[in-house]
Amino acid sequence: MESLLSLPWFDFTISGVVIGSIYALMAVGLALIFGVANLINFAHGSVFTVGSYIGWTCAVALGLPLWATVLVVAAAGGIVGALIELLAIRPLNHQSRIAPLLATIGVGLILDQIVHIIFGANPRALPVSLPNLRFSIGSGTIGAIDITIFVTGVISALALYLFLFHSKLGMAVRATAQDGDAARQMGVGINAINMTVFGIAGALGAIAGLLVGIYYNSIDPNASFEIMLKGMVAIVIGGMSNVPGAIGGGLILGLIESYGIALFGASYRDLFAFAVLLLMLLLRPNGLFARAHAREAEPMTGTFVTRAKPVRIPAWALVAGAVLIALVPALGQPYLTQVMTNALLYALAAMSLTLVAGTLGLISIGHAALLAVGAYASALLTMAGLPVALGLVLAAAITAVLGAALTYPAFRLRGHYVAIGTLAIGEIVALVILNWTSLTHGSMGLYGIPPLELFGIPLFSTNASYWFVLALVIVFALLQMRLLSSHLGRTWRAIREDTIAAETYGVASNYYKGLAFGFAGFVAGISGAVSAHQFSYINYDTFNLLTSVLILTIVILGGLGNVTGAIVAAIIVAGLPEVFRTLAEYRMLFYGMALLLLIRFRPQGLMGSD
Amino acid sequence: MATEGALLSATGITRRFGGITAVDGVDLHVREGEFLSVIGPNGAGKTTLFNLISGQDRMDAGRVTLEGRDITNLTPHRIAENGIARTFQHGRVFGNLTVMDNVLIGCHTRLRAARSRVPVLAPVIEILRALIRPAPVRAEDAAMRAEARDIIATFGDRLTPRIDQPTYSLSYANRRRVEIARALALHPRILILDEPTAGMNESETAEMQQIIGDLKAQGRTILLIEHKLNMVMQLSDRIMAMDNGKVIAEGTPAQVRNDPRVIEAYLGHSSIGGTAPAAKSLTEGAQ
Ligand SMILES: Nc1ncnc2c1ncn2[C@@H]1O[C@H](COP(=O)(O)OP(=O)(O)OP(=O)(O)O)[C@@H](O)[C@H]1O
Ligand SMILES: [Mg+2]
Repeated sequence: MESLLSLPWFDFTISGVVIGSIYALMAVGLALIFGVANLINFAHGSVFTVGSYIGWTCAVALGLPLWATVLVVAAAGGIVGALIELLAIRPLNHQSRIAPLLATIGVGLILDQIVHIIFGANPRALPVSLPNLRFSIGSGTIGAIDITIFVTGVISALALYLFLFHSKLGMAVRATAQDGDAARQMGVGINAINMTVFGIAGALGAIAGLLVGIYYNSIDPNASFEIMLKGMVAIVIGGMSNVPGAIGGGLILGLIESYGIALFGASYRDLFAFAVLLLMLLLRPNGLFARAHAREAEPMTGTFVTRAKPVRIPAWALVAGAVLIALVPALGQPYLTQVMTNALLYALAAMSLTLVAGTLGLISIGHAALLAVGAYASALLTMAGLPVALGLVLAAAITAVLGAALTYPAFRLRGHYVAIGTLAIGEIVALVILNWTSLTHGSMGLYGIPPLELFGIPLFSTNASYWFVLALVIVFALLQMRLLSSHLGRTWRAIREDTIAAETYGVASNYYKGLAFGFAGFVAGISGAVSAHQFSYINYDTFNLLTSVLILTIVILGGLGNVTGAIVAAIIVAGLPEVFRTLAEYRMLFYGMALLLLIRFRPQGLMGSD
Repeated sequence: MATEGALLSATGITRRFGGITAVDGVDLHVREGEFLSVIGPNGAGKTTLFNLISGQDRMDAGRVTLEGRDITNLTPHRIAENGIARTFQHGRVFGNLTVMDNVLIGCHTRLRAARSRVPVLAPVIEILRALIRPAPVRAEDAAMRAEARDIIATFGDRLTPRIDQPTYSLSYANRRRVEIARALALHPRILILDEPTAGMNESETAEMQQIIGDLKAQGRTILLIEHKLNMVMQLSDRIMAMDNGKVIAEGTPAQVRNDPRVIEAYLGHSSIGGTAPAAKSLTEGAQ
């Protein structure tokens, strides 16, 4: 233990508090929004990124002093936040509660892409001249940067406190967070309150972006999601809408990370955050600071299934469609065929997700993890010498079992918590793949995965692999439709509509959720496995969060629960940007807009939810 | 009354919500074939009591047995498997499911296709059965559907013409009927009805009373919560009156309606659910 004691614990504590106060800044905004709008703002990380780039523009490009930079960043962040509320959230007032959450995912993609377009994809430095002070305390030191960040955090918290407790609007915000009706009686419109809260959150998030940029002397256009997740973990620790709790949660998370890195190394940093998240959701879903709750939390219906009948396509039209799709290689354009193969692999993944998100009603934002499990399983098995056909089947089976087992912790969660929980599970899978080097070769990834073949028949030519994937799509679509027309389809839908009523009539809902994830895992596993053999190289990032969001977009476009819809939408979403190459550059913008417009104007998707 | 011979026995049932004790040491015993009604002003704890018995809520103290077997605080689906079916005061049909599918969910506890006993492989077997649908599975499905159609026909032509419509498209009264049909499909040993006529007009109420009366005539064991006291008085073998989480009176309809504590409880409360002013009908009934 000698060596443990000799670590510079003081320095780790300081850096934990500094990073923690940044998480706290993020978390306060998320908590305010959750309290008032009952929504997890997935665009919050993008506001952070926008803030860091506006900070760079002020401090570096324009050479403004630090205090002026902070003010401009806060104002700009506030405006961005308010615009998000006005343009993306407010129009969704009458939709299901998961709709605004999905909309914020779309906004996040759009903001990130705009930053990419303006500033490029590479990180840049954010040098800010601060007095070169260092205070030595005992064995450790504190620098001017640490103090700046901490002081900015404290000033922001004080300003927020003054606003919330000493202004009419602030009191209305607090009242709304506690009880929507009470606020209405105070005579402040709910729209004004929502906009205020998004504005404040935006300002705080943007300041956080600036501070992190200064702290590391580097800003990164790809940082959005990670920082947003950290803020989310902090509010889960603090109790979702609890503002002081969010500050405490941020500091706790900062310290956990800092000490965790000291003990286990930096590559585990995010694993701590997600492990904490999952533990909190399971053990203390109301946060660390909640008193024993007297009243059951109002169940949030997480489904997005509208009351509209799905479009019924006659069987002959389906057959005709399948034949047409099968004839794509006859066009003699190998590139198009490859694009279509890829789209069909997405179709498999989307069929899998539409079963759990649509039929069962558990909106998962971590579905790419299932693809990754399937891909790694088949790659590793076949690289160890198994024939590809066997590898595919075993990989699918492994993904089925793991899919049900890994998501099991999320089964007792409801509404937004399902989204957070599945997201965390997905990220944990990616991090385990990254860190389990002896099995997965870590960040190096797996090279030389054997190409597709079945029992010695090679399938790696463009056309052969296309037909193979198409056959898989057709077979699994038929199987899934058959399941949907059985007692299982009925039972899954009943769980989606009202889990408690279903339980009351003898449906063991966790078991049936497990069955759905098992079947969905099998299909997703096949999709991932085939992709691995197609690509011949995969790493932990091949199936990432963007993949998950893309699959979810496809599922919503197709109509939640709708199998044919998932296939049609996959061809549109995964195929279009490739066919129109100009779109490909702006892919994220395209996906983000598609998600946003869909939720706004056609929540039932193209083919209607089923 | 004596605990022996009771089909369902609940003793000392207690549930607190923060400061208030919604159900406070309630005992309830029902014999096979008995029709027991629970009455009481709004907030008396009737629904909470039934939630505790049928597993939607967990009690702080107390014990429930069904034919001597302990079913205290089992999960709702286990309690359903033990043969207790209940309807919900505020209606909980599956909106996007058809009338037929709603009722078929009621059959779930009896579905052999869903009851594989093979360890570990049970999930795989259930999926394969649903995919392959061997003859026994098809026959079972057909039988369940035929039975569901019969149950739905109990409600005359109210539901039968709408059997393939999603229940969100039905009228309020029809959704209440679907709930009862779903409960009957479970073949319950005990049927629990929580205000089955809430929100229904007079003729719909009379129709529902007729149907519940028929169910009683079939010899079913029924627990009813109802504010419409005329109906309660006519249907019940026995009535239990609650107020503030406690049982304030228990006995035959004649005994309960003349009990001064019951009249007091009803007159003492300004708000009483249902359409009929219950205190008035209570005192009228007493004349
Ligand atoms: N989930 C809950 N959390 C907190 N308090 C509750 C909860 N459910 C019920 N209560 C309280 O318990 C008491 C009993 O409520 P309950 O619904 O059982 O009354 P009831 O007799 O069914 O009334 P009604 O005739 O209006 O249906 C009420 O004071 C109610 O506010
Ligand atoms: Mg009630």
